[in-house]
This record gives sequence, C-alpha cells and structure tokens, in this order.
Amino acid sequence: MAAVMTIEEMRRGLTWRKNLDKVFVILGLLVLFACLGLLAILFFDLVRDGASRFGWDFLTQFPSRKAERAGILSAWVGTSMIMFVTGLVALPVGVAAAIYLEEYAPKNWFTGIIEINVTNLAGVPSIVYGLLALGLFVYQFGFGQSVLSAGLTLALLILPIVIVATRESLRAVPKAIREAAYGLGATRWEVTKDHVLPYSTGGILTGLILGLSRAIGETAPIITIGALSFIAFLPPSPVSGEFPFLNLEWLRSEFTAMPIQIFNWVSRPDQAFQANAAAAGAILLGMTLLMNGIAIWIRYRFRKKINW
Amino acid sequence: MNTTVAQRPEAPAFSIAMEDRKAARANAPKALAEKLDFWYGSNQALKNINLTIPENQVTALIGPSGCGKSTFLRCFNRMHDLQPDTRYGGAITLYPENVNLVSKDVDPIEVRMRIGMVFQKPNPFPKTVFENVAYGLRLRGFNNRMELADRVEKALRGAAIWDEVKDRLNDSALALSGGQMQRLCIARALATEPEILLFDEPTSALDPIATAKIEELITELRQRVTILIVTHNMQQAARVSDFTAFMYLGELVEVDATSKIFTNPSKKATEDYITGRYG
Repeated sequence: MAAVMTIEEMRRGLTWRKNLDKVFVILGLLVLFACLGLLAILFFDLVRDGASRFGWDFLTQFPSRKAERAGILSAWVGTSMIMFVTGLVALPVGVAAAIYLEEYAPKNWFTGIIEINVTNLAGVPSIVYGLLALGLFVYQFGFGQSVLSAGLTLALLILPIVIVATRESLRAVPKAIREAAYGLGATRWEVTKDHVLPYSTGGILTGLILGLSRAIGETAPIITIGALSFIAFLPPSPVSGEFPFLNLEWLRSEFTAMPIQIFNWVSRPDQAFQANAAAAGAILLGMTLLMNGIAIWIRYRFRKKINW
Repeated sequence: MNTTVAQRPEAPAFSIAMEDRKAARANAPKALAEKLDFWYGSNQALKNINLTIPENQVTALIGPSGCGKSTFLRCFNRMHDLQPDTRYGGAITLYPENVNLVSKDVDPIEVRMRIGMVFQKPNPFPKTVFENVAYGLRLRGFNNRMELADRVEKALRGAAIWDEVKDRLNDSALALSGGQMQRLCIARALATEPEILLFDEPTSALDPIATAKIEELITELRQRVTILIVTHNMQQAARVSDFTAFMYLGELVEVDATSKIFTNPSKKATEDYITGRYG
C-alpha cells in the first residue's frame, strides 16, 4: 500500500512536532522558576532584613517599646494556642460534615445546595468571618476577646478546606473495599469507622494541616475580634501542678498572634522595628512551610502503607 | 413472621428426566428464585427469573456481557440496596426458613450475614491477613482471642491458603499475590460460615495457575456450602459446576445439568452461545 507521505516528509514533520514539545517544557520551567524564585527572594529578603534580630532572646521576650529588646514570645505562644483550638474544632466538625455528605446524605436538591454552599464558603472574605465571630462568639456567647474566640473563628474559616479535603479522600476509597465490608454484613457506620475513615486518614490530616497553614497567617478576622497588639504576659498555663492538672483558663485569656505582631511593628515609624517585623515574618513563613512539609510527609507515609 | 412453613419443593424435575447418566442429580433446593424481576430505575435488568439453587452443589450462571448474570447474583445478598433507585419484584426463597431474601421486610444486612460473596477483583482490606479474615467475626461480636484465632485458621485452611500465610498473619494483606488475595477473600467469606457463597467472576483478574487453584477450591467447598458462580469462562463453568444456567438479555433461557448444557442444550440460543457464535 502506498504511504500517505514519504519518509523524508514524515521526518521533517516529526522534527517540527517534537520541537513544539520542547518549547512547552521550556515555557513551563520558566513560569515555575518565576513563582518559586519570587517566594525565595521574599524569604531571603525577610531573613536579611531581620538578620540582626534572630536569636533566642527574640523568641523568649515580650514586646517592648525598645525595638532591640522586643520579642515575639506572646505572639508565637498565642498563635500556637489558637492553632490548637482551631485544629481541635475544625477536625471533628469538618470530618463529621464530610462523612455525612459523602456517605449518608441522599443525592437530592437539598444536599446539592449544601454542597455548593460548602464550596462557596471557602471563598468568603475572611473579614466577614471576623464580623460574624465578633457578633456571635465575642458578644452573643460572651467568650470575649479570647483565645477561644479566635480559635473558633479560624476553625470556621478553614472548615470548608477540611470538608473538601476529607470528602476527596473518602471518595478515594474504592467501591470494591466498601462492597467487601458490606458483603460481610457491616452497617454503614461500621463500614465508615472500620474502613473508609482509617484508610483516608492521610488525606484528612493533610487537609487539616493545609487549612491550619492558611489560618496561621490570617490577620483580618482576629483583628476584628479584638486581638491586642501589645501583650506582655502569657496566657495561664494549660497544665497545672495540682488536681485536675488541666487548666482551661487560657482559653479565656486575651491574646496576640504572629501576624498581629508583625502588622503592629510594620506600622511603626521607627526603622528599628522594621527589622523585628522582617524577622517575625520570616519565622511565620518558616512555620507555614514546616506545616506544609509535615502534610507532605504524612501523605507520603500513608500512600506507602495503603496502595490501591 | 410466617407461621406455616411451606413444603420444601421437590428437586427440579430435569435431573430425573435427564437421559445423560453422568449428569448430576440435584440435591434439595437451598434457594429458589421465583418470578424474580429487578429494575435499575425504570430499566428492567431481570425479567421473570425462575431458578432452583440446589444445596451443597455448584450452580454456574453464564451468558454474554450485560445479560444480567451479575445483577442476578447480587440479588442474593441484596447488594443492589446500596444504590438508590433499585427495585426487586418476585421472590428468592431461602430454605429451610422460607425467608424471601428480596422482600422489603427482610433486612439486607441480615441477608448479607447469611450469604457470603467473593468479588471479581480481589478486594482485601488494607489490614493484616488475620484482620481480614477476622473482620466478619468481629462484626458478629466475636472478641475472644483464642476463638478468633481458631476460626481464622479454620477459614484459611478451608480456602487452601493456610500454609502460605501462616507465618505472615500479621503482614499486610496487600503484600500477597493476586491469587493469594482472592483465596484470602474466600477465607474471609468462609469465616462466618455462610449458607450460600456467591462468586462474581472470581478468576477474571487472575493468571491461569491461580485460576486453577481457585477452581479446585470451589470443587472442594461444594461439599460444605451452596455455591452460585458467575463466570465468563465457559470451560470454567463446565469444570466446576453441577448445574448451569444460561442467561440472555435479562432472562433465564435454560438451566440444566452442566454436562447436559454443554453437550446437548435444548435451546438454540444456548447452543449458539456455547459454540461461540456470539458473546
């Protein structure tokens, strides 16, 4: 049979098509390096500006009117406590909501509306969450301008992220595994708690941590609910020496957080505080990168264990 | 609750009328499908199926893709109930209690606790070998370590895989080979001593050697449990089953002793399928 083209024509065409391939690779790499490069420049810029401030003292001192004596102790402790509350609330609520939507909810218009709304919640400006929390948590529930209010607010903020991530990892559990469990006479709840949930733990935790790393940098909502920018004390310790050893007073304590502290320093006219802001910014960025790193590690660990 | 226990029907007539001497004689029925219909939404997938499943024998379901044989199999453990908008008509009676398996009043979970299933693709849980087999027992409230260990061993022996996994009971089941996984799934189903064991093309994802082992296993198991098997492979049906039912377009065309179906089918459609004219 006669070919549609000669072998020379074929080769010429092929060279051209393979070149197009290479063009795309180069374009892709350029775009990628531009993004990563910007992040790297930002990071190193912060590190350089704040270089004079890094050190143990910076982490263990309270803010001060003198830039060289000011530290971020109350800020990072506050941030850690808020993140703890946020995670503790967002995980069970988000996972429960996702399980209901994915495993239990009948597929009808009502669930459809709920699903669309959950996705839309992720796009609500964070200041709006702040306003909601100010009215609801701070005044209505009387939690005040506390760690608890801030934790709950940020939990609301990342709930959609946790729900969407959890639903995706629940959905990734193959139908065959569910059928195997149902086939042995399991109820829906038994299938969920014995199989679907344990097999999707990796994805759920990844989603939670990604949510937390979004929350850690949020400034607007916690300013709205009244984070103080100058706090020269730590909240009461969560553990106490005497019975019952757990002390919940810290939840009611006033607080500050990393982004608030940075914002406060940046807005000061004194140039010396700019170095503080840069150093704190670098540390906050480091905390975020660390959390993302943990998320990747968890995902990797679970992938290795469960391979469909 | 039905107080009057209906008379168990006689063994199907064809086994007596059969001229082929080598053909199997049907045992008393374990289950009986009568006028069974099934719908996915408005699409009727099964039409008026009548079939006797004799106790402790192997009944094979054959037919071209989409003929409804898997759909029929999944009626026996109410797997369709997991999907919305499915509907049964008619009855599958399970003896000796005369329970209609597809009745709305019968809890599908209860049905699945009595009737085990082995799926097309080996689907062990990503847990240890031991926990895979123990899971059905745990669901039924068995907690005693010794008793669990005994029953797990018995099930693994029953599925002819004990010698291969006895030193790896605490390893992940996902580390086994495909054929071992499928036998593990059989052990998992056997552990709870089901009355009927359903096989949905259990060897279609396996190589010929693993397939041979599963077939041998099915032949052994039939002494203890009633087996219903869907297969795409006609040689397999001929090798392992006592009775064969041929389905086409959601209907049961013919059922007879396997040796009869494969040598002297009475319907033209069956003959065409067996001789490879379609399917």
